Amino acid sequence: MRIRTMQELLGARVVCCEENLDRQVYSACGCDLMSDVLAYVKDQAVLLTGLVNPQVVRTAEMMDMICIVFVRSKMPSPEMIEMAKEHGIVVMCTEKRLYEACGILYSNGLVGSATKV
Amino acid sequence: MSDELVFHFDIDGEDFTSAGQASVQIKKNLRQLGLPSEIIRRVSIAMYEGEINMVVHARGGKADVIVREDCIEIRLADSGPGIKNIEQAMQEGFSTASDEVRSLGFGAGMGLPNMKRYTDEMHIDSTVGVGTTVTMKVYFPVE
Repeated sequence: MRIRTMQELLGARVVCCEENLDRQVYSACGCDLMSDVLAYVKDQAVLLTGLVNPQVVRTAEMMDMICIVFVRSKMPSPEMIEMAKEHGIVVMCTEKRLYEACGILYSNGLVGSATKV
Repeated sequence: MSDELVFHFDIDGEDFTSAGQASVQIKKNLRQLGLPSEIIRRVSIAMYEGEINMVVHARGGKADVIVREDCIEIRLADSGPGIKNIEQAMQEGFSTASDEVRSLGFGAGMGLPNMKRYTDEMHIDSTVGVGTTVTMKVYFPVE
């Protein structure tokens, strides 16, 4: 699924790296526990989370994730946005809650990838 | 005679929000060396979890990443409280982290198991009241 399609489905606002909206994501992870995110290998994945702190961006960067969606209208700090820009990670914000946002993406064909190492 | 390349980092234990900076840096350094992306990912995730642990439990420490011909070795050393029961600490879900750390998305008892999962070898040397040294190795695939 293209990141742009995700943005439309979630009615999300793009915060940074708009130039990467046409990149493809192949899997998604909805999680507030960063260590759980780190336990699974993702390929070109998106992270949906309600947690807002710099470790979210670092975790995404460590996992080579290319997009972060903050749910429940949460806004990342300027520091986090700068970090995401540095790594070309698209950051979006949606009003939807985590469960709902994940459900919308899943039912539109973006499945979860849970390949534990 | 050996072509070792050593990257050294001092991990600041004062500020949780800055934890992980060394791991981001090592990822950049390894990329510049043109190493396989899967190896880079494994090394940087293992180091990231270790770095978080050092900040959360030991007020920081020192990290060395040594690039050798056959492997990358990560050495994390701190002067923290030490690990009382290593076997227990290795269990997924076991954690002694504070509620504050949990509220930041860590402390779920996945740190050490993740470090083991992403590396080929891991050794923990810990003495209560003295500190902990974790040594991990990721081997390059044999062609």
